[in-house]
Amino acid sequence: MTRLVYMDNHATTPVDPRVLEAMLPYFTEQFGNAASRNHAFGWAAEAAADRAREQIATLINAKAKEIIFTSGATESDNLALKGVVEFYKEKGNHIITVPTEHKAILDTCKALERKGLAQVTYLPIDEFGVVDPDDVRKAITDKTILISIMHANNEIGTVQPLHEIGKLAKEKGILFHTDATQGVGKLPVDVEAMGIDLMSFSGHKIYGPKGIGALYVRARNPRVRLSPQMDGGGHERGMRSGTLNVTGIVGLGKACELAGELMVSETERILRMREKLRKKITSALDEVYLNGHPIQRLPGNLNLSFAFVEGESLLMGLKDIAVSSGSACTSATLEPSYVLHALGIGDDLAHTSIRFGLGRFNTDEEVEYVSDRVIREVTRLRDMSPLYEMAKEGVDLKNFNWARD
Amino acid sequence: MSYSDKVLDHYENPRNVGSFAKDEPNVGTGIVGAPECGDVMKLQLKISEEGVIEDARFKTFGCGSAIASSSYVTELIKGKTIDEAYAIKNTHIVEELNLPPVKIHCSVLAEDAIKAAVSDWKQRKAGGREGEKKAV
Repeated sequence: MTRLVYMDNHATTPVDPRVLEAMLPYFTEQFGNAASRNHAFGWAAEAAADRAREQIATLINAKAKEIIFTSGATESDNLALKGVVEFYKEKGNHIITVPTEHKAILDTCKALERKGLAQVTYLPIDEFGVVDPDDVRKAITDKTILISIMHANNEIGTVQPLHEIGKLAKEKGILFHTDATQGVGKLPVDVEAMGIDLMSFSGHKIYGPKGIGALYVRARNPRVRLSPQMDGGGHERGMRSGTLNVTGIVGLGKACELAGELMVSETERILRMREKLRKKITSALDEVYLNGHPIQRLPGNLNLSFAFVEGESLLMGLKDIAVSSGSACTSATLEPSYVLHALGIGDDLAHTSIRFGLGRFNTDEEVEYVSDRVIREVTRLRDMSPLYEMAKEGVDLKNFNWARD
Repeated sequence: MSYSDKVLDHYENPRNVGSFAKDEPNVGTGIVGAPECGDVMKLQLKISEEGVIEDARFKTFGCGSAIASSSYVTELIKGKTIDEAYAIKNTHIVEELNLPPVKIHCSVLAEDAIKAAVSDWKQRKAGGREGEKKAV
């Protein structure tokens, strides 16, 4: 096999050809502005956006009018947090979240704290990245206005107990937001059963296009209000001004429809491939550690630490395979993964982590190829690793007197 | 991140990977870096009575640039006297391998590894068995 293998589906996914096909007419023929109320071009665009709203709402058991289109999950997260904090400032200013959230949540929280607009509690998580709903309960104060806890983690795939947290939020009358960017379309999501009031997700993680996302905003029980973060023509029930990205919206709608139809069979197939990958690798190599929850995790996610082999050097050896690493060397900040850090995983193991993200278009043949290549490269790099040699000689690496610079 | 051809060549075909027997009296060992920093280099030099480096071996835990820096150093250093080896600057490694600014620390580590290995040899030579506990 000489072609490239894409196994980084948490970063982004290719557009499904069926999604592209649905989008194409809206670039050239049905190009109208959905806000043009006085001619057929506008009506066609509005009808397409409304159909997409239905498709999306169906997937998450919401109502069409509760879907607010945005440019992506980052914007949805910003709108949810900043919009709630601003609108409900008379009620309180306290937000509860966890340290393993995506930066779109964490940095938004930091910005709100910096401006003095909110106080944020970052709850502890267990070694698998799971938050205890009881800790959420204990953190609630009379100032708490929002709980924001992600559905599934983008690095380690850990799925949070949303049902319990949603139930708790309802009991206490506190709004519950979830960043479900990695979960929607992969795992069943029911905003009613899960007690979700606000939910962020995007197109490009579910075989739709980039540049389109949505924020689910509950319309009743309770009716959630938001202060808009962009002023303009008052689109999207006044919550998000800006001409609708109709092609993107059509794509997101179709992607959600497909995800709903395929979810059961796709989950089964992807889970089987992931377990095959995991078993092949861990049966051939020693000192390989799973990061994240063993069961309560995204079907396509496998995050492994290959002790004594630095992640970037492993990626370099796997240059025809697209995966990602929690190593510092692959990040702009030169800090190893903050998610692994929050799990209590030492920086030594964080530097050796690789995230495999399996998706709709991966094949069994690719799984075979990737596992063989990983086993070969890890073996080669361990033969070159002083740490592996020292560990095999029985040196205590934790207490060795390292010459730190 | 894209790598220079020289870094790729050293990564794919590393020179002088391995270890010398740790108790050989004419071997100096330098271990620098730390696992939690993402880089550990072990450089071993076989040095003659006259202070000439006859052979070198390395093992490195680190990114491709760290592996390449240490591999290159083992080639560069053979045949040099310990004084010449001690004078090798990290900037020479940076230029030779075209390391980008974020990878300069890899070259610094390689320079440190040379100095640590030479010092270890000197210490072992001076102190007999004393110095052996430093070698791993």
